[in-house]
Amino acid sequence: MSSFIGQIGRYAILQTAALGQTFLFLLSAFVWACRPPTRFRLIVHHIRTIGVESLSVVILSGVFTGMVMGLQGYYSLRKFNAENFLGSAVALGILRELGPVLSAFMVTGRTGSAMAAELASMKVTEQIDALYSMAINPIQYLVSPRVIAGLISMPLLTAIFDVVAIYGAYVVGVQLLGVSSGSYFAGMELSVVFKDVLSGFLKSVSFGLIITWICCYKGFNAQPMATGVGQATTESVVLCFVMILVWNYFMTSVML
Amino acid sequence: MIRVVDLQKSFGGQQVLKGINLELETGKITTIIGGSGSGKTVLLKHLNALLRPDRGSVWVDGTDIVKLGERALNEIRRKFGVLFQGAALLDSMTLYENVAFPLREKTRLKEPEIEKKVESSLAQVDLSGMGYKYPAEVSGGMKKRAGLARALVTEPEIILFDEPTTGLDPLLGKSIHQLIRKLHNEFKFTGVIVSHDIPEVFKISDRIAMLANGVIVEAGTTEEFMASQDPLVRQFLQADTEGPLAVL
Repeated sequence: MSSFIGQIGRYAILQTAALGQTFLFLLSAFVWACRPPTRFRLIVHHIRTIGVESLSVVILSGVFTGMVMGLQGYYSLRKFNAENFLGSAVALGILRELGPVLSAFMVTGRTGSAMAAELASMKVTEQIDALYSMAINPIQYLVSPRVIAGLISMPLLTAIFDVVAIYGAYVVGVQLLGVSSGSYFAGMELSVVFKDVLSGFLKSVSFGLIITWICCYKGFNAQPMATGVGQATTESVVLCFVMILVWNYFMTSVML
Repeated sequence: MIRVVDLQKSFGGQQVLKGINLELETGKITTIIGGSGSGKTVLLKHLNALLRPDRGSVWVDGTDIVKLGERALNEIRRKFGVLFQGAALLDSMTLYENVAFPLREKTRLKEPEIEKKVESSLAQVDLSGMGYKYPAEVSGGMKKRAGLARALVTEPEIILFDEPTTGLDPLLGKSIHQLIRKLHNEFKFTGVIVSHDIPEVFKISDRIAMLANGVIVEAGTTEEFMASQDPLVRQFLQADTEGPLAVL
């Protein structure tokens, strides 16, 4: 019995230490971001890989998410003769929840996994050691620019997702199912307030941080062996999805 | 001069280095030999503080680098060049960019000067005109040579070579050894080579040390080492599976 309790204690200590290391990793990424030299070109490069290269998948998922919301919203609201509220329902759902969460999922799958794999591969092939040996801090060179790029790219991608999703719902609800265009936009205008937009914006910024933080941490701390790359990639994607959902609930409950 | 004093290092409860004492003379090439998994690379990575020991010290030109913070350590690291086992070239950059990288990051040289130095370094390792290629597009030997060019380009006082010929055919291995010797004659750096490519590596070494069972069992000039009667050294040199040295 005492050995079982001991094992639980050891596990708890290890997990707490790992959590502490994760936060220290993030802290050092911010500290190194503030120190010269400013890695402006690297930040722009990572904005391209996180933002621009995720654009197509975000637009595609946004359009279809909007279209299915248009269909489902119309189907549900028609039962109460409330089809005119379709614009309002779609906009609130997209702006507050689906926009930030689904675009974060897309970025995790598209870029986060690649980020974790790239850094893990650099670890396995001693490229990170090579940076240390050249007196270049790898956190400053590899992690800080990615975190900053994530913070900048994620809200922009979410905004694009929101716009195309609302348009997707418009196409299905108004063009195909005959909801009045005026009531679609008027409902939206009446129900959406600044707080809804702010909530989506803050969520997307925090998701950008979560994705780059977790994926960089997992890649950076991969086991130095071939299987370490795959393991780091899988763990980072799963952890990102879980963290995004948990953090989303927390933020929703705070910002309602 | 690099001096290693009572260096100890464990990984997950397994003690790899059990108290290493070793002196690496300035301007000489010292080769550390030992069986696979004996801790040679672990020892090498302590010399420029890529790994921190559990106990002991590493003195580089009179400074114990184990006690140094990040900033002071970076100053010491500028004295070093490292050729990693797999060359560790940054895959997102061309060979030219890889060689130029430490100059762009750590010096205030203008681009024309950088270009001159990089072209010269690439020429020294017979890679003239190959700078536009990415590491994935070249052979293992070319990667090693590009790694050597990167290690040399900042004209470091000390160069660490981690198994420079592993994975190369004998001819290519010999050419890398000859290149190291040629560059050493030219630049007079302090070289530390980790290798089990014997006896080939002896031809370019001034001194040899052997690591076994977590300690240095023999160290001396190449001639002294070859004449050693230590049973571990004899067994290793004769590649004898019977003897005090554990063979897996």
